[in-house]
Amino acid sequence: MNEIIDPSSVDRPNSYIGKSVPRPNAAKLVEGRGQYVDDIQLPRLLHVAFVRSPHAHATIGSIDASAALRLPGVRRLFTGRELAQHCEPWVAVLAHLKGMKSAPQLPLPLERATWVGEAVAAVVADSRAVAEDAAAKVAIAYEPLAAAVDMEIALDPATIVIHPTLGDNLCFQRLNEAGKVEEAIAAAHRVVEATFLSGRHTGATLEPRSILADYNRASGKLTVYHSTQAPHMMQGVFAKHLRLAEGDVRVICSDVGGSYGIKVHVYPDEVAVAAIAKIMGRPIKFIADRLESFVSDIHARDHRIKARMAVDAKGHITAIDVDDLTGIGPYSVYPRTSAVEGNQVVNLVGGPYHFANFRAKTTVVFQNKTPTCQYRAVGHPIATAVTEGLVDLAAEALGLDPVEFRRRNLMKDGTYPRTSPAGMKFEGLSHEQSLDTLIRMMDYPALRAEQSRLRAQGIHRGLGFASFIELTNPSPFMYGVGGARISAQDGCSVRIDPDGSVMAATGVTEQGQGTEAIIRQIVAEAVGVPIETVRVLTGDTLTTPYGGGTWACRGAGIGGEAALQAGLAVKQAALTVAAAMLQAQPDALDLSDGQIVDKHSRQPRMPLAELARIVYFRGDTLPPDLPRELLQTRHFITKQYPFAFTNGVQASWLEVDTETGMIRLIKHWCVEDCGRIINPLLVDEQVRGGIVQGLGGALYEHCLYSPTGQLLNASMADYLVPMAAEMPDIEVGHVETPTKESLLGAKGAGEAGTAGAPAAVMNAINDALKPFGAKVFAQPFTPERILAALGKAQVR
Amino acid sequence: MTREVQVSLQVNGEAVSRRVEARQHLIDFLRLELGLTGSHAGCEHGVCGACTVRVDGRIVRGCLVLAASLDGTKVETIEGVSDSEQIRDLQDAFIARNACQCGYCTPGMLLAAAALLEANPRPTRAEIREYLAGNYCRCTGYHAIVDAVEATAAARARGSRQD
Repeated sequence: MNEIIDPSSVDRPNSYIGKSVPRPNAAKLVEGRGQYVDDIQLPRLLHVAFVRSPHAHATIGSIDASAALRLPGVRRLFTGRELAQHCEPWVAVLAHLKGMKSAPQLPLPLERATWVGEAVAAVVADSRAVAEDAAAKVAIAYEPLAAAVDMEIALDPATIVIHPTLGDNLCFQRLNEAGKVEEAIAAAHRVVEATFLSGRHTGATLEPRSILADYNRASGKLTVYHSTQAPHMMQGVFAKHLRLAEGDVRVICSDVGGSYGIKVHVYPDEVAVAAIAKIMGRPIKFIADRLESFVSDIHARDHRIKARMAVDAKGHITAIDVDDLTGIGPYSVYPRTSAVEGNQVVNLVGGPYHFANFRAKTTVVFQNKTPTCQYRAVGHPIATAVTEGLVDLAAEALGLDPVEFRRRNLMKDGTYPRTSPAGMKFEGLSHEQSLDTLIRMMDYPALRAEQSRLRAQGIHRGLGFASFIELTNPSPFMYGVGGARISAQDGCSVRIDPDGSVMAATGVTEQGQGTEAIIRQIVAEAVGVPIETVRVLTGDTLTTPYGGGTWACRGAGIGGEAALQAGLAVKQAALTVAAAMLQAQPDALDLSDGQIVDKHSRQPRMPLAELARIVYFRGDTLPPDLPRELLQTRHFITKQYPFAFTNGVQASWLEVDTETGMIRLIKHWCVEDCGRIINPLLVDEQVRGGIVQGLGGALYEHCLYSPTGQLLNASMADYLVPMAAEMPDIEVGHVETPTKESLLGAKGAGEAGTAGAPAAVMNAINDALKPFGAKVFAQPFTPERILAALGKAQVR
Repeated sequence: MTREVQVSLQVNGEAVSRRVEARQHLIDFLRLELGLTGSHAGCEHGVCGACTVRVDGRIVRGCLVLAASLDGTKVETIEGVSDSEQIRDLQDAFIARNACQCGYCTPGMLLAAAALLEANPRPTRAEIREYLAGNYCRCTGYHAIVDAVEATAAARARGSRQD
């Protein structure tokens, strides 16, 4: 066994994998010395403000910018027609999502605005403030059209078709089926059903979308400073759609102030900024303000799911049947597409459980609202809420404790590899061990006793559970097979420098998760050097190996394995040189704590710095044919499984005030199995942060639209996000089932919290409301909806 | 169109004199005029707390204060507070506890937490959560931030007992 994956070796020098090492980049962040895009100033910089559509659907008539252009400091106005001369349009479909359709999209629309907040014209000025002044003076003659707002009637013949060339408002439909659902339901002991709503919400990154594009006409090169998760993908996008060579585009991504999937998409207004920079030959900056973030950042999770579950008399699930409808806005978002969330729902429903008969349909429709796309835990919170809601209904119908019902139905540990009825391949999961761990952590019997004691005093507390699976380490089956130029492979270059320090450049990116920290740990351990001597470089397409970036929980599992292999390779290269210098065999030597040591006695033979000095400055003293390659690059891509699934279980303990409908979260628990844990401190905080993001969608966050398609709460004051006072303490536990696809064994951990939290909260609320015979299935679970379920208020 | 106002103030201990647009907020003044980019604009309507800075010793929202109103005041930002090492222990606790992820909220969060510890040296977890309820963090879920503030308070209490 390689010592790196041997847990008994944790006390040897440089064993950093598995330890809670602080993040090297946190020091600058706590002193305000990070560098976000808006912190960058360049000579001759101009700023953009967009004129955005006030209508959900309208024909764009004349655009009169004369008053705007008269303001001092205003340099230029761009319309869709002008930018279209310089840009190739895109159509966001994936070939493996059969039958999917969408309409061509440009940086700014030519004829029609199709959602409130769509950028229609761009004003360029000396400052953002002046650009905003000017944008307010641009007069656009709109002719309002009927709007398709409600997804439930998007396919009705009476509803306007947003893109007449597509024939209807259907983007995508898929039926995922296994076994015989109707027969199983007919033969069932009990069938439970409910209609679940997931409220449309958005990422609300604290740093808004930010881009600074600089085109140098003399060199023909476009440099884009971008707050993004996927610099190499964006390099390709800017090149293709602005008609540049890929090699002439450099994307630099320094600090990113939160992303959560929001910053992995191609935004038309950002392509407009790059196009303007190319046309004007100057640096152009666009930082979204909060009001435009709400209407132009992608939204997500706008789903209605009708679902039922059949169970037999022994308490086993026999069938799950779900019908999902989702509204995605007027365009599918490029290049990941907006059909993936619905597709995930039909792949993930029922995921933790053993049963035979499955039917899941998703219908993805266009509507005149802000486009939706992938947001942290894509589809998982929806699928988990549906599954776990049905599980609790079934347990109740059978008179079983919800934990006991789960024990009877969860996939048994030790029965892997296996494939779910939905077709998902699982290499190795730990549902039973995770549930056992959770029950121990939370002291389940004591909480139930407390619940019934308080019940007698009129205090209504509830406990809710949610088992879940999470898709991580995606292979090309996620996007590449559909034709998207999105890399599933990632790489790392590791270099030993003359002072014996180590530089690692990786294609995975940092947005606060701790990517740079874990790459540093892995490389330090693989090479055998003190962690302080390792520097990590991310987020620059010119200097890092080509890769996908950080999304879908791939940073640790994919980027980490590439770093491990590159580190081991550079260590081998160093030992080859050392063997020649010390007249020893390479396999009799080792590298430890920055020293070449005798492998068996562990006696130091030579500092790595001395070896590097000789290689770089006195190569003449080495044998002429000796390889001295102190820079090694390795890539990693998963090959055996389309995805590395993880699993876990969460529990929520809360109190419902049945007079006001207010919910107080008391405690939350999560046990998660992300395979090999590289840094427990970082994994725990990924889980906690993810849970709170899930709690936001479950309780507060909702993009509320008027019947005419106006977003009614598009400000931070009106759109409620979780703040410290409402959030509970969260206990996190772990089970480790490493993936065998890599030496490192790591899977992803960033989305598990978000995947399970809404379901746990929903089940806890319904547990609290049990004496009243009331239930809620519509997120967010607002006081109004709680009171309505209790018969004390009408839902507006 | 926009009137300008002459202001003279102290920023992080240095004297600063500028003609500012009457409409310019403190956060834009700090970032655009002085290059102090450690404070961040998050919502520009006083909700998220990312622009929290000190004016005459009290924390304010940089997006709700006009620079023109600050003649004769003393402004401190995360850069100044860091250079003077006033909250080094709190910053170290944030690093050790991984209480900052993307870092965008962190300068404001630190200044708010420092103000809390000044007013209430041994806050309960509930009091910490209540006090920081005006500072939005999307990454951490707050638990680690509460831990870091609690640990700093405990360490300071131990330190003062030893004095």
